[in-house]
Amino acid sequence: MATTTRRKSARRQQLEATVTYPLDWLEERSGLIGATKYFLFRKVPRDTSWFHTLGSATLTAFLVQAITGVILAFYYKPDPDSAYESIQAITNDLTLGWLVRGMHRWGASVFVILMFLHMARVFLFGAYKYPRELNWIIGVLLLALGLAEGFTGYLLPWDQTAYWATVVGININATAPFLGPFIAQFLQGGAAIGDDTLSKFYALHMLAIPGALMGLIGLHLYLVMRLGVTSPPWSKEAAGRDRAPVVEPTTNGRSGLTRPGSRGGSNGS
Amino acid sequence: MPLMSEQEIGETYSRSGFLSFTTLGLGAVIGGVITVPVLGFAVLPSFTNQRKQNVELGPLEEFPEGRYVIATYLEDPEIGEVSRRTMFVRNNGLLETAPSFTILFSRCVHLGCPVQPNGPVDADKMKKVGEFNVELTPVQPSGFGCPCHGGQYDTEGNRTAGPPVRALDRAEFSVRDGKLWLGEYYSVGKVEGTGARARIQRYGHASPGVHVDGIESWLYPIEVPG
Repeated sequence: MATTTRRKSARRQQLEATVTYPLDWLEERSGLIGATKYFLFRKVPRDTSWFHTLGSATLTAFLVQAITGVILAFYYKPDPDSAYESIQAITNDLTLGWLVRGMHRWGASVFVILMFLHMARVFLFGAYKYPRELNWIIGVLLLALGLAEGFTGYLLPWDQTAYWATVVGININATAPFLGPFIAQFLQGGAAIGDDTLSKFYALHMLAIPGALMGLIGLHLYLVMRLGVTSPPWSKEAAGRDRAPVVEPTTNGRSGLTRPGSRGGSNGS
Repeated sequence: MPLMSEQEIGETYSRSGFLSFTTLGLGAVIGGVITVPVLGFAVLPSFTNQRKQNVELGPLEEFPEGRYVIATYLEDPEIGEVSRRTMFVRNNGLLETAPSFTILFSRCVHLGCPVQPNGPVDADKMKKVGEFNVELTPVQPSGFGCPCHGGQYDTEGNRTAGPPVRALDRAEFSVRDGKLWLGEYYSVGKVEGTGARARIQRYGHASPGVHVDGIESWLYPIEVPG
Protein backbone atom coordinates (compact mmCIF):
# COMPACT_ATOMS: atom_id res chain seq x y z
CA MET A 1 0.00 0.00 0.00
CA ALA A 2 2.66 2.40 1.04
CA THR A 3 4.38 2.14 -2.32
CA THR A 4 1.41 3.50 -4.28
CA THR A 5 0.27 6.51 -2.28
CA ARG A 6 -1.76 8.85 -4.44
CA ARG A 7 -0.36 12.26 -4.84
CA LYS A 8 -2.53 14.77 -3.00
CA SER A 9 -3.87 17.69 -4.93
CA ALA A 10 -2.33 21.08 -4.19
CA ARG A 11 -5.62 22.33 -2.88
CA ARG A 12 -5.92 19.46 -0.44
CA GLN A 13 -2.38 20.03 0.78
CA GLN A 14 -3.15 23.67 1.31
CA LEU A 15 -6.27 22.79 3.25
CA GLU A 16 -4.42 20.33 5.45
CA ALA A 17 -1.72 22.89 6.13
CA THR A 18 -4.37 25.41 7.16
CA VAL A 19 -5.78 22.98 9.68
CA THR A 20 -2.55 21.56 11.00
CA TYR A 21 -0.54 24.75 11.17
CA PRO A 22 -2.28 26.23 14.23
CA LEU A 23 -2.33 22.80 15.86
CA ASP A 24 1.36 22.39 15.23
CA TRP A 25 1.97 25.89 16.50
CA LEU A 26 0.13 25.05 19.71
CA GLU A 27 1.78 21.67 20.07
CA GLU A 28 5.27 23.07 19.61
CA ARG A 29 4.73 25.66 22.31
CA SER A 30 2.65 23.77 24.83
CA GLY A 31 2.58 20.06 24.08
CA LEU A 32 -1.17 20.24 24.65
CA ILE A 33 -2.12 18.33 21.49
CA GLY A 34 0.07 15.43 22.47
CA ALA A 35 -1.25 15.60 26.03
CA THR A 36 -4.84 15.52 24.78
CA LYS A 37 -4.07 12.55 22.55
CA TYR A 38 -2.31 10.82 25.43
CA PHE A 39 -5.40 11.40 27.59
CA LEU A 40 -8.06 10.44 25.04
CA PHE A 41 -6.58 7.62 22.98
CA ARG A 42 -5.80 4.93 25.50
CA LYS A 43 -5.87 1.17 25.39
CA VAL A 44 -8.69 -0.36 27.35
CA PRO A 45 -9.47 -4.02 28.07
CA ARG A 46 -11.04 -5.82 25.12
CA ASP A 47 -14.23 -6.67 27.03
CA THR A 48 -15.25 -3.26 28.24
CA SER A 49 -19.00 -2.73 27.81
CA TRP A 50 -21.71 -0.13 28.08
CA PHE A 51 -21.34 -0.36 31.87
CA HIS A 52 -18.00 1.41 31.50
CA THR A 53 -19.70 4.46 30.00
CA LEU A 54 -21.53 5.36 33.23
CA GLY A 55 -18.60 7.46 34.47
CA SER A 56 -18.44 9.61 31.35
CA ALA A 57 -22.25 9.80 31.36
CA THR A 58 -22.03 11.23 34.89
CA LEU A 59 -19.38 13.69 33.74
CA THR A 60 -21.64 14.74 30.86
CA ALA A 61 -24.53 15.27 33.27
CA PHE A 62 -22.26 17.41 35.43
CA LEU A 63 -21.20 19.53 32.45
CA VAL A 64 -24.87 20.03 31.51
CA GLN A 65 -25.55 21.18 35.08
CA ALA A 66 -22.57 23.54 35.00
CA ILE A 67 -23.52 25.15 31.70
CA THR A 68 -27.27 25.44 32.34
CA GLY A 69 -26.51 26.66 35.87
CA VAL A 70 -24.32 29.51 34.65
CA ILE A 71 -27.01 30.56 32.19
CA LEU A 72 -29.75 30.38 34.82
CA ALA A 73 -27.60 32.66 36.96
CA PHE A 74 -27.88 35.31 34.24
CA TYR A 75 -31.56 35.70 35.15
CA TYR A 76 -31.92 34.43 38.73
CA LYS A 77 -31.91 36.89 41.65
CA PRO A 78 -30.81 35.41 44.99
CA ASP A 79 -32.82 37.80 47.13
CA PRO A 80 -35.83 36.87 49.28
CA ASP A 81 -37.98 39.55 47.68
CA SER A 82 -37.27 38.61 44.07
CA ALA A 83 -36.01 35.00 44.00
CA TYR A 84 -39.45 33.47 43.48
CA GLU A 85 -40.47 36.09 40.91
CA SER A 86 -37.24 35.65 38.96
CA ILE A 87 -37.82 31.89 38.80
CA GLN A 88 -41.37 32.53 37.60
CA ALA A 89 -40.00 34.87 34.93
CA ILE A 90 -37.44 32.28 33.81
CA THR A 91 -40.13 29.60 33.59
CA ASN A 92 -43.00 31.57 32.07
CA ASP A 93 -41.73 34.71 30.37
CA LEU A 94 -38.17 34.42 29.11
CA THR A 95 -37.62 32.74 25.76
CA LEU A 96 -36.55 29.11 26.24
CA GLY A 97 -36.17 29.70 29.99
CA TRP A 98 -38.57 26.84 30.72
CA LEU A 99 -36.29 24.52 28.78
CA VAL A 100 -33.01 25.48 30.40
CA ARG A 101 -34.54 25.50 33.88
CA GLY A 102 -36.10 22.12 33.13
CA MET A 103 -32.74 20.77 31.96
CA HIS A 104 -31.12 21.98 35.18
CA ARG A 105 -33.91 20.74 37.43
CA TRP A 106 -34.34 17.29 35.90
CA GLY A 107 -30.65 17.08 35.04
CA ALA A 108 -29.93 17.32 38.76
CA SER A 109 -31.83 14.09 39.30
CA VAL A 110 -30.12 12.50 36.31
CA PHE A 111 -26.71 13.50 37.71
CA VAL A 112 -27.45 11.99 41.12
CA ILE A 113 -28.91 8.78 39.63
CA LEU A 114 -25.90 8.40 37.31
CA MET A 115 -23.50 8.91 40.22
CA PHE A 116 -25.16 6.03 42.05
CA LEU A 117 -25.25 3.79 38.96
CA HIS A 118 -21.57 4.53 38.29
CA MET A 119 -20.74 3.76 41.92
CA ALA A 120 -22.75 0.52 41.75
CA ARG A 121 -20.84 -0.48 38.60
CA VAL A 122 -17.50 0.20 40.26
CA PHE A 123 -18.55 -1.72 43.35
CA LEU A 124 -20.00 -4.74 41.56
CA PHE A 125 -17.04 -4.98 39.18
CA GLY A 126 -14.63 -4.80 42.10
CA ALA A 127 -13.03 -1.82 40.39
CA TYR A 128 -12.43 -0.10 43.73
CA LYS A 129 -9.73 -2.62 44.69
CA TYR A 130 -5.97 -2.11 44.67
CA PRO A 131 -4.63 0.13 43.27
CA ARG A 132 -7.82 2.17 42.77
CA GLU A 133 -8.88 2.67 46.42
CA LEU A 134 -7.98 6.35 46.34
CA ASN A 135 -10.22 6.90 43.32
CA TRP A 136 -13.08 5.25 45.22
CA ILE A 137 -12.48 7.67 48.11
CA ILE A 138 -12.47 10.65 45.74
CA GLY A 139 -15.65 9.26 44.21
CA VAL A 140 -17.33 9.15 47.62
CA LEU A 141 -16.37 12.80 48.16
CA LEU A 142 -17.79 13.62 44.73
CA LEU A 143 -21.03 11.85 45.67
CA ALA A 144 -21.30 13.84 48.91
CA LEU A 145 -20.63 17.11 47.11
CA GLY A 146 -23.09 16.19 44.36
CA LEU A 147 -25.79 15.57 46.95
CA ALA A 148 -24.85 18.87 48.62
CA GLU A 149 -25.44 20.56 45.26
CA GLY A 150 -28.89 18.99 45.18
CA PHE A 151 -29.62 20.16 48.72
CA THR A 152 -28.43 23.74 48.25
CA GLY A 153 -30.06 24.07 44.83
CA TYR A 154 -33.40 22.92 46.16
CA LEU A 155 -33.83 26.09 48.24
CA LEU A 156 -33.23 28.52 45.40
CA PRO A 157 -36.76 28.54 43.84
CA TRP A 158 -37.78 29.97 47.24
CA ASP A 159 -41.28 28.48 47.18
CA GLN A 160 -43.08 26.53 49.90
CA THR A 161 -41.55 23.19 48.87
CA ALA A 162 -38.08 24.71 48.80
CA TYR A 163 -38.52 26.40 52.16
CA TRP A 164 -39.93 23.50 54.16
CA ALA A 165 -37.71 20.89 52.55
CA THR A 166 -34.72 23.00 53.55
CA VAL A 167 -36.09 23.50 57.07
CA VAL A 168 -36.32 19.73 57.43
CA GLY A 169 -32.95 19.14 55.76
CA ILE A 170 -31.13 21.63 57.96
CA ASN A 171 -32.77 20.24 61.08
CA ILE A 172 -31.69 16.74 60.09
CA ASN A 173 -28.17 18.19 60.17
CA ALA A 174 -28.96 19.56 63.62
CA THR A 175 -29.59 16.06 64.98
CA ALA A 176 -25.99 14.99 64.30
CA PRO A 177 -24.20 14.48 67.62
CA PHE A 178 -22.04 17.23 69.16
CA LEU A 179 -21.58 19.60 66.21
CA GLY A 180 -24.98 19.05 64.56
CA PRO A 181 -26.75 22.08 66.08
CA PHE A 182 -23.78 24.29 65.16
CA ILE A 183 -23.80 23.05 61.56
CA ALA A 184 -27.52 23.77 61.36
CA GLN A 185 -27.14 27.28 62.72
CA PHE A 186 -24.24 27.93 60.35
CA LEU A 187 -26.28 26.76 57.37
CA GLN A 188 -29.25 28.89 58.40
CA GLY A 189 -27.09 31.89 59.16
CA GLY A 190 -28.98 32.26 62.43
CA ALA A 191 -31.62 30.68 64.61
CA ALA A 192 -34.04 30.29 61.70
CA ILE A 193 -34.03 30.37 57.91
CA GLY A 194 -33.94 33.90 56.57
CA ASP A 195 -32.46 36.07 53.84
CA ASP A 196 -28.91 35.07 54.79
CA THR A 197 -29.77 31.43 54.22
CA LEU A 198 -30.73 32.08 50.60
CA SER A 199 -27.58 33.97 49.68
CA LYS A 200 -25.42 31.48 51.58
CA PHE A 201 -26.97 28.53 49.75
CA TYR A 202 -26.62 30.40 46.46
CA ALA A 203 -22.92 31.02 47.05
CA LEU A 204 -22.33 27.42 48.09
CA HIS A 205 -24.36 26.13 45.14
CA MET A 206 -22.74 28.41 42.58
CA LEU A 207 -19.16 28.82 43.75
CA ALA A 208 -17.84 26.68 46.57
CA ILE A 209 -19.26 23.25 45.80
CA PRO A 210 -18.87 23.39 41.99
CA GLY A 211 -15.26 24.50 42.44
CA ALA A 212 -14.54 21.58 44.74
CA LEU A 213 -16.37 19.24 42.37
CA MET A 214 -14.28 20.36 39.40
CA GLY A 215 -11.02 19.93 41.29
CA LEU A 216 -11.97 16.46 42.48
CA ILE A 217 -13.26 15.45 39.03
CA GLY A 218 -9.82 16.44 37.68
CA LEU A 219 -8.12 14.19 40.24
CA HIS A 220 -10.63 11.41 39.53
CA LEU A 221 -9.88 11.52 35.80
CA TYR A 222 -6.15 11.74 36.39
CA LEU A 223 -6.28 8.54 38.42
CA VAL A 224 -8.44 6.83 35.77
CA MET A 225 -5.83 7.82 33.21
CA ARG A 226 -2.93 6.68 35.34
CA LEU A 227 -4.42 3.37 36.48
CA GLY A 228 -6.50 2.43 33.45
CA VAL A 229 -9.86 0.74 33.18
CA THR A 230 -10.69 -2.57 34.87
CA SER A 231 -11.97 -5.60 33.01
CA PRO A 232 -15.39 -6.84 34.05
CA PRO A 233 -15.35 -9.65 36.63
CA TRP A 234 -16.45 -12.21 34.00
CA SER A 235 -13.46 -11.36 31.85
CA LYS A 236 -11.48 -14.30 30.48
CA GLU A 237 -8.55 -12.03 29.80
CA ALA A 238 -5.72 -11.99 32.28
CA ALA A 239 -5.10 -8.64 33.87
CA GLY A 240 -2.20 -6.81 32.37
CA ARG A 241 -2.26 -9.06 29.28
CA ASP A 242 -0.13 -6.66 27.25
CA ARG A 243 2.78 -7.19 29.55
CA ALA A 244 5.28 -9.95 29.63
CA PRO A 245 4.26 -12.86 31.89
CA VAL A 246 5.33 -12.00 35.39
CA VAL A 247 7.75 -14.52 36.75
CA GLU A 248 9.18 -12.53 39.59
CA PRO A 249 7.98 -9.32 41.20
CA THR A 250 8.76 -6.61 38.69
CA THR A 251 11.17 -3.90 39.55
CA ASN A 252 8.84 -1.04 38.67
CA GLY A 253 6.23 -2.26 41.13
CA ARG A 254 3.37 -2.19 38.62
CA SER A 255 2.49 -5.86 38.86
CA GLY A 256 -1.20 -6.53 38.35
CA LEU A 257 -2.08 -3.30 36.63
CA THR A 258 -4.02 -3.40 33.39
CA ARG A 259 -2.20 -0.41 32.06
CA PRO A 260 -0.90 -1.24 28.62
CA GLY A 261 2.83 -1.70 28.57
CA SER A 262 3.63 1.33 26.51
CA ARG A 263 6.51 2.34 28.69
CA GLY A 264 7.70 -0.95 30.12
CA GLY A 265 8.32 -4.12 28.18
CA SER A 266 5.87 -5.03 25.43
CA ASN A 267 4.88 -8.57 24.50
CA GLY A 268 7.76 -10.97 24.38
CA SER A 269 10.30 -8.61 25.90
CA MET B 1 41.41 20.89 59.73
CA PRO B 2 39.58 24.26 59.71
CA LEU B 3 37.94 23.24 56.42
CA MET B 4 36.76 20.04 58.01
CA SER B 5 35.18 21.74 60.99
CA GLU B 6 33.47 24.32 58.76
CA GLN B 7 31.83 21.51 56.83
CA GLU B 8 30.67 19.91 60.02
CA ILE B 9 29.00 23.11 61.13
CA GLY B 10 27.37 23.38 57.69
CA GLU B 11 25.95 19.88 58.08
CA THR B 12 24.34 20.60 61.46
CA TYR B 13 22.35 23.51 60.18
CA SER B 14 22.65 24.32 56.50
CA ARG B 15 21.97 27.72 55.00
CA SER B 16 19.46 26.24 52.53
CA GLY B 17 17.65 24.42 55.35
CA PHE B 18 17.34 27.67 57.27
CA LEU B 19 16.07 29.53 54.20
CA SER B 20 13.51 26.81 53.40
CA PHE B 21 12.29 26.86 56.97
CA THR B 22 11.95 30.64 57.14
CA THR B 23 10.24 30.79 53.72
CA LEU B 24 7.75 28.12 54.73
CA GLY B 25 7.28 29.71 58.13
CA LEU B 26 6.69 33.13 56.67
CA GLY B 27 4.26 31.62 54.17
CA ALA B 28 2.40 29.93 56.99
CA VAL B 29 2.16 33.19 58.94
CA ILE B 30 0.89 35.10 55.89
CA GLY B 31 -1.56 32.30 55.13
CA GLY B 32 -2.82 32.30 58.70
CA VAL B 33 -3.20 36.06 58.84
CA ILE B 34 -5.34 35.88 55.71
CA THR B 35 -7.26 32.69 56.45
CA VAL B 36 -8.24 33.01 60.09
CA PRO B 37 -10.28 36.24 59.87
CA VAL B 38 -11.88 35.12 56.60
CA LEU B 39 -12.96 31.82 58.12
CA GLY B 40 -14.17 33.71 61.17
CA PHE B 41 -16.30 35.94 59.02
CA ALA B 42 -17.67 32.89 57.23
CA VAL B 43 -18.79 31.22 60.44
CA LEU B 44 -19.17 33.65 63.33
CA PRO B 45 -21.97 36.02 62.19
CA SER B 46 -24.38 33.08 62.24
CA PHE B 47 -23.81 32.90 65.99
CA THR B 48 -23.09 36.46 67.07
CA ASN B 49 -25.19 38.87 65.02
CA GLN B 50 -28.54 37.49 66.10
CA ARG B 51 -30.97 40.24 66.91
CA LYS B 52 -33.80 39.34 69.21
CA GLN B 53 -36.96 41.35 68.95
CA ASN B 54 -39.51 41.73 71.69
CA VAL B 55 -42.97 41.45 70.23
CA GLU B 56 -46.19 42.71 71.72
CA LEU B 57 -48.83 40.03 71.15
CA GLY B 58 -51.83 42.18 72.08
CA PRO B 59 -53.98 43.46 74.93
CA LEU B 60 -54.89 40.95 77.62
CA GLU B 61 -58.61 41.05 76.84
CA GLU B 62 -57.86 39.39 73.49
CA PHE B 63 -56.87 36.24 75.38
CA PRO B 64 -59.92 34.73 77.10
CA GLU B 65 -59.12 32.46 80.02
CA GLY B 66 -58.66 28.78 79.20
CA ARG B 67 -58.86 29.29 75.43
CA TYR B 68 -56.11 29.04 72.84
CA VAL B 69 -55.43 31.91 70.42
CA ILE B 70 -53.16 31.62 67.37
CA ALA B 71 -50.79 34.59 67.32
CA THR B 72 -48.80 35.03 64.10
CA TYR B 73 -46.51 37.87 62.99
CA LEU B 74 -43.50 38.71 60.85
CA GLU B 75 -40.36 38.81 62.93
CA ASP B 76 -38.59 40.83 60.24
CA PRO B 77 -41.10 42.49 57.87
CA GLU B 78 -38.26 43.50 55.55
CA ILE B 79 -37.58 39.91 54.49
CA GLY B 80 -41.28 39.04 54.43
CA GLU B 81 -43.14 35.79 54.95
CA VAL B 82 -39.97 33.80 55.50
CA SER B 83 -39.76 35.39 58.95
CA ARG B 84 -43.32 34.47 59.98
CA ARG B 85 -43.53 33.07 63.49
CA THR B 86 -46.62 31.49 65.00
CA MET B 87 -47.44 30.94 68.67
CA PHE B 88 -50.32 29.20 70.34
CA VAL B 89 -51.21 31.36 73.34
CA ARG B 90 -53.48 30.30 76.20
CA ASN B 91 -54.43 32.46 79.15
CA ASN B 92 -54.25 30.23 82.23
CA GLY B 93 -55.82 32.81 84.54
CA LEU B 94 -54.09 33.94 87.67
CA LEU B 95 -51.61 31.87 89.60
CA GLU B 96 -52.28 33.40 93.01
CA THR B 97 -51.83 37.04 91.94
CA ALA B 98 -49.57 36.66 88.91
CA PRO B 99 -50.89 36.18 85.36
CA SER B 100 -50.09 32.86 83.74
CA PHE B 101 -49.85 32.11 80.03
CA THR B 102 -48.95 29.02 78.06
CA ILE B 103 -47.17 30.09 74.86
CA LEU B 104 -46.30 27.18 72.57
CA PHE B 105 -43.99 27.81 69.60
CA SER B 106 -45.46 26.23 66.48
CA ARG B 107 -42.12 24.87 65.23
CA CYS B 108 -42.32 21.07 65.43
CA VAL B 109 -39.52 19.65 67.58
CA HIS B 110 -39.11 16.75 65.21
CA LEU B 111 -37.61 18.60 62.22
CA GLY B 112 -39.05 22.10 62.31
CA CYS B 113 -42.25 22.06 60.25
CA PRO B 114 -45.19 24.16 61.49
CA VAL B 115 -47.57 22.25 63.77
CA GLN B 116 -51.26 22.90 63.24
CA PRO B 117 -54.04 22.93 65.85
CA ASN B 118 -56.29 19.86 65.72
CA GLY B 119 -59.65 21.56 66.00
CA PRO B 120 -61.80 24.31 64.58
CA VAL B 121 -60.15 27.67 63.83
CA ASP B 122 -62.46 30.71 64.04
CA ALA B 123 -60.93 32.34 61.00
CA ASP B 124 -63.79 34.89 60.87
CA LYS B 125 -62.73 36.29 64.22
CA MET B 126 -59.15 36.99 63.13
CA LYS B 127 -57.99 40.49 64.05
CA LYS B 128 -54.77 42.43 63.74
CA VAL B 129 -53.44 44.13 66.85
CA GLY B 130 -50.54 46.27 67.96
CA GLU B 131 -47.59 47.85 66.21
CA PHE B 132 -46.28 44.47 65.04
CA ASN B 133 -49.48 43.60 63.16
CA VAL B 134 -49.91 40.41 65.14
CA GLU B 135 -52.82 38.39 63.79
CA LEU B 136 -54.91 36.78 66.55
CA THR B 137 -57.29 33.94 65.69
CA PRO B 138 -59.28 32.00 68.31
CA VAL B 139 -59.01 28.21 68.07
CA GLN B 140 -60.29 25.21 70.04
CA PRO B 141 -57.58 22.57 69.68
CA SER B 142 -57.72 19.09 71.15
CA GLY B 143 -53.99 18.99 70.47
CA PHE B 144 -51.46 19.87 67.78
CA GLY B 145 -50.27 17.89 64.78
CA CYS B 146 -47.46 18.28 62.30
CA PRO B 147 -48.22 17.79 58.59
CA CYS B 148 -44.73 16.72 57.62
CA HIS B 149 -44.12 13.46 59.49
CA GLY B 150 -47.19 13.09 61.70
CA GLY B 151 -45.90 14.19 65.10
CA GLN B 152 -48.76 14.74 67.56
CA TYR B 153 -48.88 16.80 70.76
CA ASP B 154 -51.50 17.38 73.44
CA THR B 155 -52.69 20.81 74.53
CA GLU B 156 -49.75 21.16 76.93
CA GLY B 157 -47.30 20.43 74.10
CA ASN B 158 -46.39 16.93 75.31
CA ARG B 159 -45.68 14.47 72.53
CA THR B 160 -48.47 11.92 72.19
CA ALA B 161 -47.47 10.18 68.96
CA GLY B 162 -44.97 10.23 66.13
CA PRO B 163 -41.28 11.07 65.88
CA PRO B 164 -40.77 14.23 68.02
CA VAL B 165 -38.11 13.85 70.70
CA ARG B 166 -39.47 16.23 73.33
CA ALA B 167 -42.45 18.49 74.10
CA LEU B 168 -43.16 21.61 72.04
CA ASP B 169 -40.91 24.60 72.69
CA ARG B 170 -42.39 27.46 74.71
CA ALA B 171 -41.77 31.18 75.06
CA GLU B 172 -41.54 33.33 78.15
CA PHE B 173 -43.93 36.22 78.49
CA SER B 174 -44.38 39.45 80.37
CA VAL B 175 -47.35 41.73 80.94
CA ARG B 176 -46.79 45.46 80.58
CA ASP B 177 -49.54 48.10 80.59
CA GLY B 178 -52.21 45.46 80.13
CA LYS B 179 -50.46 44.01 77.10
CA LEU B 180 -48.89 40.59 76.58
CA TRP B 181 -45.26 40.61 75.42
CA LEU B 182 -43.38 37.68 74.00
CA GLY B 183 -40.10 36.73 75.69
CA GLU B 184 -37.29 34.25 75.12
CA TYR B 185 -37.82 30.78 73.71
CA TYR B 186 -36.99 27.73 75.75
CA SER B 187 -37.18 24.00 75.19
CA VAL B 188 -39.20 21.58 77.26
CA GLY B 189 -38.55 17.96 78.16
CA LYS B 190 -41.98 17.13 79.56
CA VAL B 191 -44.93 18.92 81.13
CA GLU B 192 -46.73 17.43 84.12
CA GLY B 193 -50.14 18.81 84.99
CA THR B 194 -51.93 21.49 83.05
CA GLY B 195 -52.34 25.24 82.85
CA ALA B 196 -51.02 27.55 85.53
CA ARG B 197 -50.02 24.72 87.86
CA ALA B 198 -48.16 22.69 85.25
CA ARG B 199 -44.65 21.55 86.14
CA ILE B 200 -42.43 22.25 83.13
CA GLN B 201 -39.05 20.58 82.67
CA ARG B 202 -37.27 23.53 81.20
CA TYR B 203 -34.04 23.55 79.14
CA GLY B 204 -32.18 26.05 76.99
CA HIS B 205 -33.63 26.59 73.52
CA ALA B 206 -32.48 23.68 71.33
CA SER B 207 -32.75 22.86 67.62
CA PRO B 208 -35.58 20.59 66.51
CA GLY B 209 -34.67 16.94 66.74
CA VAL B 210 -32.25 17.54 69.60
CA HIS B 211 -32.88 15.61 72.79
CA VAL B 212 -32.89 17.77 75.90
CA ASP B 213 -33.34 14.99 78.47
CA GLY B 214 -32.49 11.32 78.83
CA ILE B 215 -29.29 9.60 77.82
CA GLU B 216 -29.52 10.89 74.24
CA SER B 217 -29.05 14.46 75.49
CA TRP B 218 -25.41 13.52 76.21
CA LEU B 219 -24.92 13.68 72.43
CA TYR B 220 -25.54 17.44 72.54
CA PRO B 221 -23.33 18.68 75.38
CA ILE B 222 -22.77 22.25 74.16
CA GLU B 223 -25.61 24.72 73.84
CA VAL B 224 -25.53 26.78 70.62
CA PRO B 225 -25.01 30.49 71.30
CA GLY B 226 -26.97 33.18 69.54
